[in-house]
Amino acid sequence: MFFRTAWLVLKKDAAIEAKSWEVLTTTLFFAVSCVLIFSFAFVKEGRAVEDAAAGILWIAIAFSGTLALGRTFERERYGETLRALLLAPAPRAALYVGKLLGMLALLGLAELLLVPLVALLFQATLFARPLLLIALLAGGTIGFCAVGTLFAAMLVRARSRDVLLPILLYPIIIPVIIAGVRGTAALLGATPDEPTAIMWIGVLGAFDVVFVTLSLWTFEPLMTE
Amino acid sequence: MRKVFGPLAAFTGLMFVASPFVVARAPFESSMGIVSKIFYFHVPSWFAMFTAIAICGAASLIHLFRTSPRADRIAEAAGEIAVVFGLMGLVTGPMWGRKAWGVWWIWDAKLTIALLLEMTFISGVLVRKYGGPGSDKLAAAVGIFGLAVTPFVYEAVNIWRTIHPLTSVVPTLPATMAVPFWYCVTAYMLLLAVLLMLRVNLGKRQAALDELYLAYED
Repeated sequence: MFFRTAWLVLKKDAAIEAKSWEVLTTTLFFAVSCVLIFSFAFVKEGRAVEDAAAGILWIAIAFSGTLALGRTFERERYGETLRALLLAPAPRAALYVGKLLGMLALLGLAELLLVPLVALLFQATLFARPLLLIALLAGGTIGFCAVGTLFAAMLVRARSRDVLLPILLYPIIIPVIIAGVRGTAALLGATPDEPTAIMWIGVLGAFDVVFVTLSLWTFEPLMTE
Repeated sequence: MRKVFGPLAAFTGLMFVASPFVVARAPFESSMGIVSKIFYFHVPSWFAMFTAIAICGAASLIHLFRTSPRADRIAEAAGEIAVVFGLMGLVTGPMWGRKAWGVWWIWDAKLTIALLLEMTFISGVLVRKYGGPGSDKLAAAVGIFGLAVTPFVYEAVNIWRTIHPLTSVVPTLPATMAVPFWYCVTAYMLLLAVLLMLRVNLGKRQAALDELYLAYED
């Protein structure tokens, strides 16, 4: 029942998205523009500042993720469908998991584009340790989306929600971004620093456990009017 | 509550009036000279902030799961007070840093994390102010996540190499410094209690006023 509900929510969102591709295309475009904007700040005489690639990659993920979160829930609000979802005789946490999976899929797609792009533009050896990079990206994205989905969902009913989402989200999510950036930067040098990267993957894992547990626990009372 | 408040506020005031004399009598720390005295205000303000965060988180949890307006008022008050004490720490810290490190701010783990916590609780205040109806629950979520992140960020200091003095400094203080230090900690904790009582009372009156307005309009 639980996973079936989550799967149905995911399928519904995917079906809506497949009709217009609105959120995916705008998110991807915005992610690329983020990379472009930051490249102006961190490129000196044709070469990027050391470690800049890691920071740019994660900033692009965080910014485009925020945009996607806002749009996804704006769609629910516009159709007044979130209320209908919440009225459904299904566990609330399952709705959250469905939404979370949707966000993870979306950001995963964005990362498929962003990682090669950053590697190419900044001559970053991001693919030297592919498994470690995937673990870092997965850990960071899960942590970001876990809190992001919860906050975006609860802000649907709030005033000035567009401004409040990044304001609430970023301070809490910055530790995750720091872990992601430092872990990725450890992989970038001439000889990738594996122990450091693994340490940061552990930190990300711990954050993910705390954030997902806390979100599952608080989603129900937060969404009750 | 009301009976305790007056004497408590008076006692706290007295402790703060006496604190410069107590701190002045403490010996100079050998390497830093007079600047080291900031320590007596800097560390207690962080102690007070962490206590306020704990109160805010606990009250937020109660409000979220039981919907208690009283817990909500306590969470609101504690969240705002956490911001105030955090600001105090963030102002006194750079003063010391200017002398010790030669710069006002460095992107050291501990400083970054302190700023982060401050930002988290400011965002809680902002959401209450601009979130509109139902923002009390949103702020409760911020309080709970803020509390959950705190031990993490505290631990991160031990993972990172940090040039900020370690937390282990406090238990190893010589008695001549420990006495004024714990005196200041007590004064700050009492100040926290006084501010909390004042702010909760203000919230109570605001709620009563809102109810009167509603009754009048009906």
